[in-house]
Amino acid sequence: MFETLQAFLSTFLFEWLAILMTLVIQAVAVVLPIMLVVAWLTYAERKVIGYMQARMGPNRVGYFGLMQPIADAIKLMNKEIIFPDQANKFLFIIAPVLAIAPAVAAWAVIPFADGMVVTDLNAGVLYILAVSSILVYGVIIAGWASNSKYAFLGAMRGAAQKISYEIAMGFALVTVLMIAGSMNLTEIVKGQQGGIFNWYLLPLLPMFFVYFISGLAETNRTPFDVVEGEAEIVAGFHVDYSGMTFGIFMLAEYAMMILISFMTSIMFLGGWLSPFEGIPYLEAAFAWVPQLGWLAFKVSFLLFVFIWLRATFPRYRYDQLMRLGWKVLIPVTILWVFVVGVMKYFDFGPWFN
Amino acid sequence: MTFELFIFYLLTAIATISGLMMITIKNPVKAALWLILAFIATAGVWIMAQAEFLGLVLILVYVGALMVLFLFVVMMLDINISILKDGFTPYLPLGVMASIAIFSMMYLVVGPEHFGIEVTGEPMNNAANYNNTKSIAIPLYTTHVYAFVLAAVLLLLGIVAAISLTLRRRPTTEVLYQNVNKQVNTLAADRFRMVKMASVVEKDLPSKEEDEK
Repeated sequence: MFETLQAFLSTFLFEWLAILMTLVIQAVAVVLPIMLVVAWLTYAERKVIGYMQARMGPNRVGYFGLMQPIADAIKLMNKEIIFPDQANKFLFIIAPVLAIAPAVAAWAVIPFADGMVVTDLNAGVLYILAVSSILVYGVIIAGWASNSKYAFLGAMRGAAQKISYEIAMGFALVTVLMIAGSMNLTEIVKGQQGGIFNWYLLPLLPMFFVYFISGLAETNRTPFDVVEGEAEIVAGFHVDYSGMTFGIFMLAEYAMMILISFMTSIMFLGGWLSPFEGIPYLEAAFAWVPQLGWLAFKVSFLLFVFIWLRATFPRYRYDQLMRLGWKVLIPVTILWVFVVGVMKYFDFGPWFN
Repeated sequence: MTFELFIFYLLTAIATISGLMMITIKNPVKAALWLILAFIATAGVWIMAQAEFLGLVLILVYVGALMVLFLFVVMMLDINISILKDGFTPYLPLGVMASIAIFSMMYLVVGPEHFGIEVTGEPMNNAANYNNTKSIAIPLYTTHVYAFVLAAVLLLLGIVAAISLTLRRRPTTEVLYQNVNKQVNTLAADRFRMVKMASVVEKDLPSKEEDEK
């Protein structure tokens, strides 16, 4: 589809301009739906947490409060952006950009269905890891540029936490790569063909939990949201941000949440594959579900878990959080890398397609 | 100009400018940020040269981990640049001489006559499904495995040395330590004791008032 568009554009434009325009259109086609999902994810979060705490949640704007995200967006955009007197103005403005850019750029390699991907990169997993590691800078620079003690403390906490959990996350991905034998996300999904028992979920069950927990820590969600521990450091690194600059940090956080859910579904839950493949009657009964439908279902479930955990758990104390990352998750992942290595060497295990 | 050439010149321009900015800017935090930009642009150039594994690892290791720690340290320093710059000018001739010497040596070794299409030949063009990671991994883990393991052991040694240099345990009479395992493993029964006692019924108000009289 995009090749024909590019061919059409290059008939009357420079070649490089045609390629650039096609790339931009591709990017918009992926980013726009993501941003819409982010908007209503905030609504879903408030509604779900509301019902879990026996409240109504937003119910004033539109039917069931469904237009609440739009109202919030308009409100944030109309608010004045305040620059602290002693802040480093340039870095203060660039920090939200640095927070959202990687969260959006990572979507370039995510496959939504078989062949429905912007770039089918060979080193897709590595790309995701590299891009999401840049995400730390948004937090650090925001904290430093605000020139405020609270913001700086929040940034320090956040950066240390993200670096620590990135290691566990990387090791969890390594086990997936070992089994799949490829860093291409499409190949990883295709390696899980054949129903729920061929997914990497069962052989890599500990890694699934490690990855998801690290994902919670990466996105600063409860119980790992010490970055914005209200009781100790006001609102963390974005305490001095107002209006849409604050809104962009929120956008980035939710976009990362969706990204982590997508990655977890692709690597452990069989991506767009149906769980009933190879099961006699169920397979035929669910044949009408499109590939994107299965992926969307898995992702929404994981997003629900994100929200559910937020409604359920209290915040970790900072030293306990670091202990969990370094002394529990990382040893578990290293051990499992060895286990998978040995299993792979002896060709042991039912899951190798 | 092809699209690839356009991207290449863009990335190299960013890398050069950010490299220059990094050594000329006064604020150390901003210098570190320019260095990060230089890393990212260089990674882009590497990826264009079909070394996507190296490019992505450059971002992952240097930008994602190393420079964050750098920034940590630099941000917490309170540097007075005017004091640091004190007494720089007397060393200017020496510095200029040293830099000219280094530059000329680099020019002799990696100057333009050693590079270019005539010297190196056309770069290899690999197919789209060429696996860069595998072609690095296989020689690394077969031909060069001893050197690779040795490097890993050296790094481990470095970690152990750095930690043992900074690790100090003070006696518990001076500092109180937390035993996190103990904290995590506490049960409700350790903290909270249920006591059985007979129920006490409070007297109603009129009889109480009589008692007080």
